[in-house]
Amino acid sequence: MPDGIISLYDLPVGRSGVVSSIHADGLTRRRMMDLGLVPGTMVHALRHSPAGDPKAFKIRGAVIAFRREEAEKVLVEMREERD
Amino acid sequence: MSRAPLAAGLEELIREVERVRPIVARDFNDQVVGHIYARAESIARKVVSQKERPKIDWDKRLDDILTSRMFGFPSMILLISAVFWITLAGANYPSELLAALLFRGQEYLADLCLRLNVPWWAKGFFVDGVYRCVTWVVSVMLPPMAIFFPCFTLLEDMGYLPRVAFNLDRLFKKAGAHGKQSLTMSMGFGCNAAGIIACRIIESPRERLIAILTNNFVPCNGRFPTLIVLAGLMVLGASGSPAATLVVAGMVIFGIGMTLAVSWVLSKTLLKGVPSSFTLELPPYRRPQVGRIVIRSVFDRTLFVLGRAVCVAAPAGGLTWILANVYAGGLSLLGHAAAWLNPFGKLLGMDGFILVAFLLGFPANEIVLPILIMSYLATGSMTRLDSLESLHMLFVVEHGWTWLTAVCMMLFSLLHYPCGTTLWTIRRESGSVKWTALSFLIPLGIACFVCFLAARSAVLLGLA
Amino acid sequence: MGLTYRSSGFGTNRTDFFRGSSTKADFVVALAGNPNTGKSTVFNALTGLKQHTGNWPGKTVLRAEGRYIYRGMVFKLVDLPGTYSLLAGSVEEQVAKDFLCFGKPDATVVVVDATCLERNLNLALQVLEITPRVVICVNLVDEARRKKIHLDIKSLAEELGVPAVATAARDGHGLDRLVSAVADVASGRIRTSPCVVRYSGAIEEAVLKIEPRIRELVGSEFSSRWLALRLLDGDRAVISAVNRWLAREEKAGRVTGGEILA
Ligand SMILES: Nc1nc2c(ncn2[C@@H]2O[C@H](COP(=O)(O)OP(=O)(O)OP(=O)(O)O)[C@@H](O)[C@H]2O)c(=O)[nH]1
Ligand SMILES: [Mg+2]
Repeated sequence: MPDGIISLYDLPVGRSGVVSSIHADGLTRRRMMDLGLVPGTMVHALRHSPAGDPKAFKIRGAVIAFRREEAEKVLVEMREERD
Repeated sequence: MSRAPLAAGLEELIREVERVRPIVARDFNDQVVGHIYARAESIARKVVSQKERPKIDWDKRLDDILTSRMFGFPSMILLISAVFWITLAGANYPSELLAALLFRGQEYLADLCLRLNVPWWAKGFFVDGVYRCVTWVVSVMLPPMAIFFPCFTLLEDMGYLPRVAFNLDRLFKKAGAHGKQSLTMSMGFGCNAAGIIACRIIESPRERLIAILTNNFVPCNGRFPTLIVLAGLMVLGASGSPAATLVVAGMVIFGIGMTLAVSWVLSKTLLKGVPSSFTLELPPYRRPQVGRIVIRSVFDRTLFVLGRAVCVAAPAGGLTWILANVYAGGLSLLGHAAAWLNPFGKLLGMDGFILVAFLLGFPANEIVLPILIMSYLATGSMTRLDSLESLHMLFVVEHGWTWLTAVCMMLFSLLHYPCGTTLWTIRRESGSVKWTALSFLIPLGIACFVCFLAARSAVLLGLA
Repeated sequence: MGLTYRSSGFGTNRTDFFRGSSTKADFVVALAGNPNTGKSTVFNALTGLKQHTGNWPGKTVLRAEGRYIYRGMVFKLVDLPGTYSLLAGSVEEQVAKDFLCFGKPDATVVVVDATCLERNLNLALQVLEITPRVVICVNLVDEARRKKIHLDIKSLAEELGVPAVATAARDGHGLDRLVSAVADVASGRIRTSPCVVRYSGAIEEAVLKIEPRIRELVGSEFSSRWLALRLLDGDRAVISAVNRWLAREEKAGRVTGGEILA
């Protein structure tokens, strides 16, 4: 494993990761998957909200914001910085 | 075919499904979504190509300012204040123009009535009642709305609203509410009933109810012009001055603060629970079509206000005239009501007439101020009112307003119960009489309490 | 735009999703798609109505209906709330899903965002499971061009097995081709061959087991594959919707073979 598995919330701004598993359930899980967060998806952390909490990610070409509680339920494998 | 075979068929089908399901039920949905996305990916790979990136990533650039830690909140306040200032400054002149024009019309009508020997009561009802109320609604309410809306729509079409939700979500989460509540509040600026309907975007019933119950604290387009006029009165200058802008912006921010506070209390008491999941898509910024938006929304607004003026302001004007001109025991009915409510009004920093106006304005908030003006006119010695300056004369000189009266009326207007249309919408959307009643009583209680507090403390501190 | 109580299609909302027999239109066309892809903009451009639009997901929450005439035929257009999927069962999804399946539109336009095709295809593929009579409207191509994204519309149509049209609805570009494709699909002049997503072996086997029973029950009125998948997913709402549909069907006596509903 190159960089280890971390939660989506911990993915530093500016870095990318690949979804390895989702630990939410019920409607939240379905919502996340509908937005394209399925295992194997590349996610890029874009920015924090000015107040710190929701964090915006680029997922399949769209910008989606998650609150900390949700983002912590998604595990990603961080990718090496390329360029 | 009869009912039995169909029902039996369905039952058998369900039984069959239950037999098969255990084999696949585990992560069924995951598998389905996974497969669909895999196919979507493979199609997209064949169809989409991007040889070069655009030189400037405008979305990122704009977001770097509008949602940044440094400039996120300041830019938000700046943008909102700018919209308010444009509205206040821009509405001033057309307001005066419309007022002058329409009041000339009133004189002309009065003249005509005199020449045609129209009975005094008919002239009073139609000219001093119906026409005057409609006139006030059009001249005072229309210009601010016709300016505010294009500005707001520009921000909306640009894609700024979701950024507001993104910026403010932390506060809403702390208050136990949903981040999309700021979107429903934005809709509330237009009309609280629209804001209530917009609450459908909030999935969790608990947070949806919170959003519904607090939407009233955003001044809708019927109350916004009231705030503008009163702010203008308060700072004693033209209503377009920066000081008036500050007062209006302060009121709106106070309303937002109240929304958060009430949401917090509700989520700790009546609507206990933890915040549900929140996902928000931030769409790309898009260049708005300025020309089309301006033309369309000015046109739409004008039609809307005129429509409401005819449906609500005209009957309300007639009714007010009757109340002010039917006497019982030496005092008009309006006078009786105002006298009766006066002690309570004074307690809240206002007077009886203001409370009567709020009561009569229940069907639609934009008629509150016109009704108040009419009641004052009917009971005072002033007969001509053809400019916004003379409003100052009427309120301050003739009816003893102080800055505190203006502040209390603004606060009451900002906080008091939702209008009739909105309550009806709440009833429909919540499907419950109890929540509808609460959405009336909670704001009313808060409005009374806040006004009382403001009035008392100002007096105790010797400020008024 | 304008934020009145009409801003969400007030008054245009009807709660029952079955097509009433009072419909005077020749064809019913549904507008589905992800939130914020321009469905209401397309709706306004075609019907001349003024559904409110705005650049944020979730602007439309109520269903709205309007009409337009093309080649002498009357088309009833239904603007549905935007959804990311038809699987999760939130309120808007229920509205969209019920209408697409049980409202039996003659054609469904799936409006997709050209700048974010992959995500949008998720919904398009799900719609294709429900009904084959689909036209893909690739909207916002002007935005895509600005971002230097190129789309091969022809190969998209081939991949999906249904017509696809590129549009910039706000400026009215491509709408003529869209209405013509819709007319062809709705009238049956074009027969589509929608692509089918195949799932894992176990799921496919389970579908095979219950599909015949569904066909026995509802005939070829609905996509039996889709119903099978929903039942396997444990979607209660679908069961009750089927139940309601059966009850209605029965009241209609089936004498006219469902004509009363169609
Ligand atoms: N540049 C560009 N903008 C468009 C186009 N079509 C729509 N828009 C804009 O995209 C935004 C969203 O359009 P809507 O029609 O409200 O989208 P919708 O699909 O109805 O959205 P929901 O009701 O939230 O599901 C609006 O600001 C439109 O002005 C287009 O072809 N080009
Ligand atoms: Mg829409």
